[in-house]
Amino acid sequence: MAVLRLTRSSSGPRLTEFICVLLLVLVSVASASRDVDDPHHQTNSTGHKKAFPVLSFHYEEVKKPLEISLWILLALLMKLGFHIIPRVSNVVPESCLLIFVGLLVGGIIKAIGGEAPGLDAKLFFYYLLPPIILDAGYFLPIRPFTENLGTILVFAVVGTLWNAFFIGGMMYGVVDLLSCLLFGSIISAVDPVAVLAVFEEIHINELLHILVFGESLLNDAVTVVLYHLFKEFAHAGTVTVADAFLGVVCFFVVSLGGIMVGAIYGILGAFTSRFTAHTRVIEPLFVFLYSYMAYLSAEVFHLSGIMSLIACGVVMRPYVEANISHKSYTTIKYFLKMWSSVSETLIFIFLGVSTVAGPHAWNWTFVIVTVILCLVSRVLGVIGLTYIINKFRIVKLTKKDQFIVAYGGLRGAIAFSLGFLLTDSDMKNLFLTAIITVIFFTVFVQGMTIRPLVELLAVKKKKESKGSINEEIHTQFLDHLLTGIEDICGHYGHHHWKDKLNRFNKAYVKRWLIRGERSTEPQLISFYNKMEMKQAMMLVESGSAAKLPTIVSSVSMQNIQTKGPARRRAIPSISKSREEEIRKILRANLQKTRQRLRSYSRHDLLIDPFEDVSEVRFRKQRVEMERRMSHYLTVPAKSQETPPVRKVCFESEHQIYTYDDSESPRGSAQASRPHPSSPDAVSLLDESPQRPSQRGALRTRGDAEVRAKAPDDKEEQDQLKLSRCLSDPGPKKDEEEDGSFLS
Amino acid sequence: MGASQTRSEHKYQDLMDKTGFSVEQIKNLHKRFEQLSGNEETISRENLENIPALANNPIRRQIIGAFFDKRNQHQNEVGSFEEIGFEQFLMVMSHFRPPTLKTTEEERETMRKEKLRFLFNMHDTDNDGTITLEEYRKAVEELLSKSGAIGQEGAKAIADAAMLEVASTNVPHMAPDDFYEGITFEHFEQILKGLEMESRMHIRFLDVDTTTMRCGRSTS
Repeated sequence: MAVLRLTRSSSGPRLTEFICVLLLVLVSVASASRDVDDPHHQTNSTGHKKAFPVLSFHYEEVKKPLEISLWILLALLMKLGFHIIPRVSNVVPESCLLIFVGLLVGGIIKAIGGEAPGLDAKLFFYYLLPPIILDAGYFLPIRPFTENLGTILVFAVVGTLWNAFFIGGMMYGVVDLLSCLLFGSIISAVDPVAVLAVFEEIHINELLHILVFGESLLNDAVTVVLYHLFKEFAHAGTVTVADAFLGVVCFFVVSLGGIMVGAIYGILGAFTSRFTAHTRVIEPLFVFLYSYMAYLSAEVFHLSGIMSLIACGVVMRPYVEANISHKSYTTIKYFLKMWSSVSETLIFIFLGVSTVAGPHAWNWTFVIVTVILCLVSRVLGVIGLTYIINKFRIVKLTKKDQFIVAYGGLRGAIAFSLGFLLTDSDMKNLFLTAIITVIFFTVFVQGMTIRPLVELLAVKKKKESKGSINEEIHTQFLDHLLTGIEDICGHYGHHHWKDKLNRFNKAYVKRWLIRGERSTEPQLISFYNKMEMKQAMMLVESGSAAKLPTIVSSVSMQNIQTKGPARRRAIPSISKSREEEIRKILRANLQKTRQRLRSYSRHDLLIDPFEDVSEVRFRKQRVEMERRMSHYLTVPAKSQETPPVRKVCFESEHQIYTYDDSESPRGSAQASRPHPSSPDAVSLLDESPQRPSQRGALRTRGDAEVRAKAPDDKEEQDQLKLSRCLSDPGPKKDEEEDGSFLS
Repeated sequence: MGASQTRSEHKYQDLMDKTGFSVEQIKNLHKRFEQLSGNEETISRENLENIPALANNPIRRQIIGAFFDKRNQHQNEVGSFEEIGFEQFLMVMSHFRPPTLKTTEEERETMRKEKLRFLFNMHDTDNDGTITLEEYRKAVEELLSKSGAIGQEGAKAIADAAMLEVASTNVPHMAPDDFYEGITFEHFEQILKGLEMESRMHIRFLDVDTTTMRCGRSTS
């Protein structure tokens, strides 16, 4: 639908705008309407017999779900609208636009005279925040996170403490010290939602991203402790040393306790996923529910819910992913992204609405001083801490890095909700106003300017990672190399402990939490298999638009295989020039040859495992293709070695053509249909590599017509075999074994 | 003690210039060297193989081999030593120094090249300047050797895929009869460009005394 809209560019935005306005009005009316009582109910009670109401208006019954749906729909349409108007979305980050929309809606509601819904703290903390944090935690890039854990922790804990005390201390004089400290603790924490929203659009390098983002996640423990501490003491009035000491103990309990709770639920989730082989459909739910339980359980004890959620996601992920089907993995990924996206949008819109709605106590000095202090304390904190941290880091943080880290300290909805939770006092409104101003300032000013600043300072951007197998090989190689060198040097460094943890993981944990033989699979193999699948996915989904570099290049296995006697036997694929010849001929007779050929790859055969591709489409295409191809093409399948078959996943289109270059084809185009080739390839793996080519040729020629309406089950068998052989390293005859790749 | 100290510092000065380590780091590494060699002047392969912690390392052989590889001494020699002295030990170790804040861009480039060269030498066992398919296969096999029984086929497949990737990215348009001899150093650099070797391939060399820590053959 987006495509349609784009083509009708002139009418598109206008249509969207119209719908948006309509929805805005609808939502406003819906929220504002409180007194729409159903008159029919009242008249019925008088006993006076009325005519049976054919059509009646029962708004009250549906009000709540309707309102919620309308809000969400509005949020999503706004999001859609922003991306259709490219100019705006390039300059202004989405979060700003959403807040703006929220302001508009709030304004409309107020204008109509209704009461705008504020950002209910309970709604925020129990429904809107968890999806975002789970999404962040589940997909947290572990390697950079653990490599920089020390730095992140220092920023999160010490940095937040410094911010809180500096701001609170400086504000002293406005109100009593404890309230100031309370305010300081609320406003000091960097907000993960805001950071995510802004940083996602600027694509800076991994290190900076993980520093700011990791800090925003881990400072939750500090925030929770400080908040509760000062809230208690604000009532009591004084703080003793014992209380301060208890506060420190509380911090450790909160953070470590939160992590432990998360880890327990994570292990439970991983363990459960071991047994879900027969009920694949509910697998994603386990992930979501266990994580949510971790969050809620932590909240019960006032432990850090965010850290619990992160720990749960991080612990669960490697084991769950090894156990669940590919479909479930995709489901989890998309649901998490979907929920977190919706949550984020709603949060920002509500922030805007609450601004209009909330009671305000505007105090110029207080607000301006707060904003300035926030900036100053952040900058000072980052500079000071980096100076200390750089003494311990190997890869030091440069001034540019420091600037980005300082500038990326955005405040967001968590601060607002915490402020909202304060007990009512005249301070509350004052604080709330200041908090909102700081949030607006950071999100609008810092959010909008960070992108041009990143460009200006030429900060390193995120590198395009295409999942290169060479990089993976060498990453692992480096790991072992560095561990080895550390052992030779004789000290127990970072790599040594990581290595120990990995071995412990492999020896004990994986055996319990991962089902079947995947528990012993080395990481490189899983990576390789994942890559194969990904490439398969991409080819299948993109059809003719495939732009993989390997397809663009004309290099094939024959260019790499050693020359000599082996060559005569082992030409698995056709070179580009041959392909072009064939294509030219086919193009004359078939429509959309290129498209068909590209999609008509090994991955077609794997339709059953990769079920999230449209089956119907491919079956139709394949049948079509077979019908036409059978008239023109035959295949003299050559015997192949195992590697070439596996190789073709990277140049999948080549697999169609399996003939020997050394015996140049006599003019007529020769290409195999995947049907004949697949049984060849498959049976090849089962039997010895030496197969006479005649057998293949005979079989295919003979069956050319019959194969056109291929029997589906044989197909599937072949596909299963092929996919299994291709995805598992060694050729195995056991096709009953349900490899975990097949859903 | 005074005289020998200045002499050793003078000796270390030479090493410092060559390898870039600080005096404390060199002293610590020297202590470790003596521990490994049993207070002798040179260490042999057996000395390194006897380190118990290395036993679990899948690429142990290649690591030890790298120490005895003449190419890593930056003196344009080829072949391998039977035994190495402290200077050679230090030269190899210097490949693992991290960049500092003061390292300029071109120094980083040189550093990266050096480190990549070290890796390349580890793979290119016959020293013909390219990593052939066989050598690469061997390397991947070794990497996966301790990870359980996945068999030769798996390693071969992965090595083939990797090789194909290198060929595709570096020489995109090969005629069907061309043969890709092997990964040259330039291609190697190209494909590992994204890894930023100068920031990754390093270990922490301590400035403090490490002999108090458990290390060496006696324990762990």
